[in-house]
Amino acid sequence: MSDKTEVKDIDRSLHDEKNEEKHRYKAQKGLTPEVIREISREKDEPEWMLEFRLKALKIYQKKEVPTWGADISDLDMDNIITYVRPDADLQSDWDQVPEEIKNTFDALGIPEAEKESLAGVGAQYDSEVVYHNLKEELVEQGVIYMDMENAVKKHEDLVREHFMKLITPNDHKFSALHGAVWSGGSFVYVPAGVDVDIPLQSYFRQNAPGSGQFEHTLIILEEGANAHFIEGCSAPKYSVNNLHAGAVELFVNKGAKLRYSTIENWSRNMYNLNTKRALVEEDGVIEWVSGSFGSKVSMLYPMSILKGARARAEFTGVTFAAEGQYLDTGAQVIHAAPNTTSTVNSRSIAKDGGHAYYRGLLKATDNAHGAKASVSCESLMLDNESKSDTLPIMKLQTDDIDIGHEAKVGRISEEAIFYLMSRGISEEEAKAMIVRGFVEPIASELPLEYAVELNNLINLELEGTIG
Amino acid sequence: MDKKLLKVCNLESKVEEEKILNGINLEVNKGEIHVIMGPNGAGKSTLANVLMGHPEHKIINGEIEFEGENINELAVDKRAKKGIFLSFQYPQEIPGVTVENFLRTAKTAVSGEQQSIFDFKFLLEEKMNLLDIDQSYADRYLNKGFSGGEKKKNEILQMAVLEPKLAILDETDSGLDVDATKTVAEGIKKLASEDNAMIIITHHNQILDYLQPDYVHVLVDGRIAKSGDMELARAIEKEGYAEYKDEILDESNSKTNC
Repeated sequence: MSDKTEVKDIDRSLHDEKNEEKHRYKAQKGLTPEVIREISREKDEPEWMLEFRLKALKIYQKKEVPTWGADISDLDMDNIITYVRPDADLQSDWDQVPEEIKNTFDALGIPEAEKESLAGVGAQYDSEVVYHNLKEELVEQGVIYMDMENAVKKHEDLVREHFMKLITPNDHKFSALHGAVWSGGSFVYVPAGVDVDIPLQSYFRQNAPGSGQFEHTLIILEEGANAHFIEGCSAPKYSVNNLHAGAVELFVNKGAKLRYSTIENWSRNMYNLNTKRALVEEDGVIEWVSGSFGSKVSMLYPMSILKGARARAEFTGVTFAAEGQYLDTGAQVIHAAPNTTSTVNSRSIAKDGGHAYYRGLLKATDNAHGAKASVSCESLMLDNESKSDTLPIMKLQTDDIDIGHEAKVGRISEEAIFYLMSRGISEEEAKAMIVRGFVEPIASELPLEYAVELNNLINLELEGTIG
Repeated sequence: MDKKLLKVCNLESKVEEEKILNGINLEVNKGEIHVIMGPNGAGKSTLANVLMGHPEHKIINGEIEFEGENINELAVDKRAKKGIFLSFQYPQEIPGVTVENFLRTAKTAVSGEQQSIFDFKFLLEEKMNLLDIDQSYADRYLNKGFSGGEKKKNEILQMAVLEPKLAILDETDSGLDVDATKTVAEGIKKLASEDNAMIIITHHNQILDYLQPDYVHVLVDGRIAKSGDMELARAIEKEGYAEYKDEILDESNSKTNC
């Protein structure tokens, strides 16, 4: 971490448009092909990507805002331009970053330079040095790890073959929006048989403008490859643009194994409408580790499509909904081949009137004989005001499938608190201990430093110092 | 040194609207082992919970004094810090929290001194050896998947680590077979000293044979109907509690001066 360098000025290529243009966009409201062309031109993209964006824009304009799940009526869809093209001046002032966010940075021990970057203001935190060291090792093995913008140009064929093939603009309004305006994100390619033994962390790569909002992550593991990708970090990313519609596409080929870990902690004004999917071929393995904190509303349902025989998916997730938050999350697994297996283990915590909703899907096609699926979702409410729901949907087209399902919704036990307190432990610490224990199965899946961050986050949530 | 530890005067309590304790008088000094026996529903566990400060139990009358200080209003964790310990009849399972981490946190809280990971490991190892508990238990989640006997042993381990001044053992011997009772009883015996005291709630005499209590109290209908020594326990074993049910409280039975 000592290898960080700072870049004095924010890269303003996306934000600093001419004033009259800005007015024009705003006057027209909504997204226009001109806006899309402008984005594409700034990125100096190949023609096909521009075509793709324009097609996605058309789909976006036809699609309705989904009415199930979370209430997102506060999102000003007529004025979507303000989400896509933020006023750069608005977010370049540290003084305007809410106190609660600053306090959280302090509590998490984030260095000054990073704080400003995470808050979307001032100097961008740049990590080329760290990244470079990482890269040399990987390059020798033929691994590609770069930002999406560059990948589109430097690895055009690979990107073109996979980009938004798993999540298409036709899926829903926000995937269409993403297709039209995506910016930033990571591209990872691991050649056949290569085992990347250090986790790849997108944390070090958040220096593309707008990358926190409509970022696209594309990971391709060739046959027998092995990698661990870590997305995000535990500090809340503050942005005045409160819509996040990223996309994550993971291609896990025959016998390959990918672990995708995320700890997200969004500022409390954020609408987090993210789409994540993995396609797993024969004997391949996808492992999701997912921590959802913060945001006003989250709708996030990572999907694993087990396409090849004996493919396996594991999902381990924790969701923490505090005051004023509605977090609608869950795992989706599609068993589309024989003898595929999946394990879903979800924990959610609700406090101070927060609402945690588990919405999962388990689907098996008619050829998924011999498949095994196990779903366990538990939720813990810390008081009487908080809410927790569980909706595990199952769509099975075969009888030859072994399903284990367990759902538990409960309130924190007064007896357990009494028990711990009788050993001298304060009420606050007793609660924190029970909650940490509750999410331990998730924490133990994380690399140590992230497990520590997860615990810090939980402590902060319990103290109520975040929001 | 003052040997006075606990003084309970005319203690009455209720849960919701149900009155359970009907005027308990009890005095416990350092170095003493007290036994409380009584029929089901007499209020034995309630007494243990009220002494520990369970939030569901409300004191409606009387006084609990610990080392000369009224602790009626003291929070549960504060009582633990003063040196009161309750071995639970039904210990709670806390998934995801290892025995070692939990006990290190508890020891830090009770002793007021930060426990280094290394030193504490040693301490725990020593206490586990003393109680003949397999070292692997340190890494298991607290009471999760423990058998009845393992849970009870774990309670005694906690007592050994936290070194309370007053330990209340609520049916620590119930549900244990003869051998397990012996192990637990011997463990408790090793921990008893001139500097601490114990209140043992039990239905059985086997544990008492090991512990040689100083006082035996019979609790009926929320009050102590009779106090005596080991002979009283033997009489109860033969004749049951029937004769104490209608016994008019004989104040002289209680040596408490309220």
